Amino acid sequence: MDIVVCIKRVPLIQEVDLEINDAQTGVRDEALAYVINDWDNYAVEEAVILKEQLGGSVTAITVGSEADEEVLRRALAMGADQALRIDPGSRQLDGFVISRILTKAIGTMTYDLILTGVQADDDNGGMVGSMVAEGLGIGHAAVITAINIKDGEAVVHTELEGGMDEVSKVKLPALLSIQTGINEPRYVSIMGIRKARKKELKVTDLESLGLSEDDLTPRTVVEQVFFPPETAGAEMIQGDAGAVAETLLNLLKEKGVSK
Amino acid sequence: MGHIFVIAEHRQGELRDITFEMLYKARALGREHAHTLTAVVLGGPDSGFGDRLAPWADRVVVMEDDRLSAFDADIYTAALLKLVTDEAPFLTLMGHTPWGMDLAPALSVRAGLPVATDCVDILLEEGGPVAIRQIYNGKLYSRVGFKASTGYMMTVRPGAFSLDEAPPEDGAGEVATRALDAEVPESRKEFVEFVDTGGGEVDIAQADLLVSVGRGVGEAENIDAVKALAELLGGTLSCSRPVVDRHWLPKYHQVGTSGKTVKPKVYLALGISGAFQHVAGIAGAGTVIAVNKDGKAPIFRVADYGVVDDLFTVVDALKEKITSG
Ligand SMILES: Cc1cc2nc3c(=O)[nH]c(=O)nc-3n(C[C@H](O)[C@H](O)[C@H](O)COP(=O)(O)OP(=O)(O)OC[C@H]3O[C@@H](n4cnc5c(N)ncnc54)[C@H](O)[C@@H]3O)c2cc1C
Ligand SMILES: Nc1ncnc2c1ncn2[C@@H]1O[C@H](COP(=O)(O)O)[C@@H](O)[C@H]1O
Repeated sequence: MDIVVCIKRVPLIQEVDLEINDAQTGVRDEALAYVINDWDNYAVEEAVILKEQLGGSVTAITVGSEADEEVLRRALAMGADQALRIDPGSRQLDGFVISRILTKAIGTMTYDLILTGVQADDDNGGMVGSMVAEGLGIGHAAVITAINIKDGEAVVHTELEGGMDEVSKVKLPALLSIQTGINEPRYVSIMGIRKARKKELKVTDLESLGLSEDDLTPRTVVEQVFFPPETAGAEMIQGDAGAVAETLLNLLKEKGVSK
Repeated sequence: MGHIFVIAEHRQGELRDITFEMLYKARALGREHAHTLTAVVLGGPDSGFGDRLAPWADRVVVMEDDRLSAFDADIYTAALLKLVTDEAPFLTLMGHTPWGMDLAPALSVRAGLPVATDCVDILLEEGGPVAIRQIYNGKLYSRVGFKASTGYMMTVRPGAFSLDEAPPEDGAGEVATRALDAEVPESRKEFVEFVDTGGGEVDIAQADLLVSVGRGVGEAENIDAVKALAELLGGTLSCSRPVVDRHWLPKYHQVGTSGKTVKPKVYLALGISGAFQHVAGIAGAGTVIAVNKDGKAPIFRVADYGVVDDLFTVVDALKEKITSG
């Protein structure tokens, strides 16, 4: 079972005041801390679990800058065998262009299964996986919460709305986009990451992939990033904890739900 | 003047709300810009969907075939490719749902049409269509333009547009039936069954007071503190998805699109950021109170009352007030 897993490094946004850059096309990234995209963390774990069960290899790929190698090292520490970073240089990227780059790179490899996350926590696009599958001409399924490999097929659970799963069989090779909660990603220690430095991490540029100008032309352009439009918003309750608690308890009483 | 296509979504014989939300928005856009509105529905034989959609659109295109009974990205992509190639709609809308996320990006690549996903608004401007999206889980918005094309695709966030109860009075679309093309390939996917994953000991949908905890709780051990508060208040414990993903609480506690839709009189959100998949589940709540350390958390935009503080400080203070009488 040879598995390719696509991963992305994204900024941590909880408890952070995001600032918009001067061009108003993105965020100011100088002060941000980065992590592996949560969905991709589950995808790496799933790839490693399948490899441990069935044998084979796991290759982690990212399209990104040198700093993004951090997530590849992490994937190697989790059990991936090799890693590939494709440097997009100063190219403008959108989900489409990223999918073309990944398609070209993966197209030269041998694989039975490709895993992506359902969505990246920065652009919340949820499109790259399905596009890569289409580019490679293989079957795909999205929002996967369980995988069982049997006789050249993957029996998968697609999570639908409202507490319902759709079970289906997908012929391999296939691309599955992984939903959080599918497994329990293993803990990665600094030691583990250091040890994984022995594993191969290849770097390549776009030129060597032979992409066409159309492949590299974004189909969507972020014209402007802006703060959420004003809403009425919440009435903020101020004061020390005791005063806040008192206000909240009165509120519950008023709404008829306190004991 | 061109065509707007809305691809209907249905499951187990029912058209889903997102279908009508898209039709509502597409109809408004069509009126304003003189585009015609076509609802497209792929389904099994004798689905009856054509007649159900007719009042909402200028035209309904129905494809019925055994192979279309269950959603299948392979077959749906092939069928829709033929349709969008033949009719060249100016704008094609699908739901940003698990099925739409599987189908739309692949179709956009095959048809050579640009796509923007998870759109919360659609503008038709001189220079072309513009999608309004949320990024960074709703902390920011983006205005997205497209590379010039003959047609454009967007997937629409469920709940972004309102839902009319009754069909428009002047609506009476003609229903055209098309056969599924013979050259549709064999699918690489086979539907097996639907399984229910949401059931359990407690039905959070019945609760009047939900004390709901998010990833902000930090670790499994800390859940007990919130559970104790819920008990003291006579409320029911619920949570956001990461809490279930980490097995801190069982799935039946989860609120949101892939969990439960709830309608408590009061929803107390502790350490929940307010991602759309979560807040979609609390649209029916009477009063929403949010406690979050981050004053910029999107949850404060949907809450009625907010407290910017550490959730444990507030939880402890509440417990103390209750027990000391
Ligand atoms: C297809 C799909 C379906 C999904 N379905 C659902 C669903 O049904 N339900 C759901 O909830 N999510 C769902 N999600 C996930 C959703 O996108 C978000 O990732 C999730 O809701 C985030 O949960 P959270 O708010 O608990 O965590 P986070 O976004 O990590 O937010 C944690 C919050 O806690 C705050 N915080 C941290 N520490 C403290 C403290 N000590 N005191 C107070 N505040 C603190 C932080 O400021 C932050 O705002 C789905 C996603 C996808 C792609
Ligand atoms: N730059 C990238 N490099 C590698 N994989 C990516 C990249 N961007 C997105 N992906 C993959 O595609 C998934 C969905 O991303 P998106 O469509 O951007 O929301 C992610 O979870 C990753 O698995």
